[in-house]
Amino acid sequence: MRTLRPALLPALLLALAAPALAQAPEPAATGTAAAPAPVGPFALDPLPYGFDALAPVIDAETMRLHWGAHHRAYVDNLNRAVAADPALAKLSLEQMLARVSTLPKPVRDNGGGHWNHRFFWTLMTAPGTGGQPSPRLLAAIARDFGSLPAFRRQFEQAGLRQFGSGWAWLIVRPDGRLAITSTPNQDNPLMDVVPEAERGTPILGNDVWEHAYYLSYRNRRGEYLQKWWEVVNWNQVSLLFEAAQSRR
Amino acid sequence: MTEETLPGPDGTFALPPLAWALDALAPAIDAETMSLHWGAHHRAYVDKLNAALAARPSLQGKSLEALLARAGTLHADVRTNAGQHWNHAFFWESMAPPGRGGAPDGALLAAIERDFGSPGGLVEAFDAAGAAHFGSGWAWLVRAGNGRLVVGTTPDEQSPLMEGAALSGTPLLVNDLWEHAYYLGYRNRRADYLAAWWQVVNWKAVGARFAAAQAA
Ligand SMILES: [Fe+2]
Ligand SMILES: [Fe+2]
Ligand SMILES: [Fe+2]
Repeated sequence: MRTLRPALLPALLLALAAPALAQAPEPAATGTAAAPAPVGPFALDPLPYGFDALAPVIDAETMRLHWGAHHRAYVDNLNRAVAADPALAKLSLEQMLARVSTLPKPVRDNGGGHWNHRFFWTLMTAPGTGGQPSPRLLAAIARDFGSLPAFRRQFEQAGLRQFGSGWAWLIVRPDGRLAITSTPNQDNPLMDVVPEAERGTPILGNDVWEHAYYLSYRNRRGEYLQKWWEVVNWNQVSLLFEAAQSRR
Repeated sequence: MTEETLPGPDGTFALPPLAWALDALAPAIDAETMSLHWGAHHRAYVDKLNAALAARPSLQGKSLEALLARAGTLHADVRTNAGQHWNHAFFWESMAPPGRGGAPDGALLAAIERDFGSPGGLVEAFDAAGAAHFGSGWAWLVRAGNGRLVVGTTPDEQSPLMEGAALSGTPLLVNDLWEHAYYLGYRNRRADYLAAWWQVVNWKAVGARFAAAQAA
């Protein structure tokens, strides 16, 4: 067992993205108003489902804000940071995260914010459509956590114990074992600022910033963490597990 | 809160009562937000602090301020909940119903004009710091050791009273930057919350804190 405890974002892109959505996206919320976001290398991809697809686990307004305002702001601010430093333009997002300790703080915050949310959307699907962990993933979960229910409890605990804003993760470690970790704010297990023992390839992550659950669950983070399993896309998590294994 | 915050006779800290009704800060802060923020979030910090202290006899009986002063030595469950208890109690005392908080005057006004140009300059600097802070935390006005007024932020549960904090000085005013402070009323628009919040700032409390800090 290995539980680690402790821009206009171009209107053109939006127009292209819209047909893929059940609802057209709202205009960008303007909490930070001011200058338009630069056209940059990073884009807010459309959600793979409609805003209401995850209800009642995650309500449509939360999805609309979370993707259309919070995630959008990370993309816009990441593009701003890259525009301000031409040396960054040569790096992929993953390359930035791997050396983020040497880069400006906005790259850590917004590069992490973009990577984490882009990943998060793919991990979810309409209730009842996410399947089950593949036999190989299930065997690894049983090996490293005892059972699937035991894994779920430990993952929920990691989400509950992350004080303040952050994420709970299931990662594949360099030795192939699974581990549960958590990170503050928009840090993630790909970043060199994370302790070595908590680094790895994420195959599942849950957002425990209050914006992820406050409209439906108020202060009850534990209830959100429990309900969230109903929308986990195990088919996708299983694919990520296989890919992480084959890359080792 | 220049006085010390001591545990009660039974050794536990208590959730302090509010000086105004839950709906008294509306529309700047809605009643449901106040109800949850004080009655659920702050209450949970107090309860968890008491539970953490019950397991650590050497820390029992100490004032909240004495705990914060040695924050670097505290286990996370004591430090986080002690910090959040102090910060929330100070936050409630930093606010008053719209129209009841007065305005900066006297020595406080003179210090604000000296260090920020005008009250508007202070508001601008405070809101800019709060908007730029990433993640959960707090925005502060403090009186620094050299007597100047300084605006800054601290992450998560940190307070300027903690050793090693991102900002040090005597706290005069605080705003809560956690999303639970504004999400029901303002959604993701933290800047709108920061701007509206000045309607409920208790300048009388800020002035009294400043006078006490000057006299100390
Ligand atoms: Fe988020
Ligand atoms: Fe007091
Ligand atoms: Fe709070």
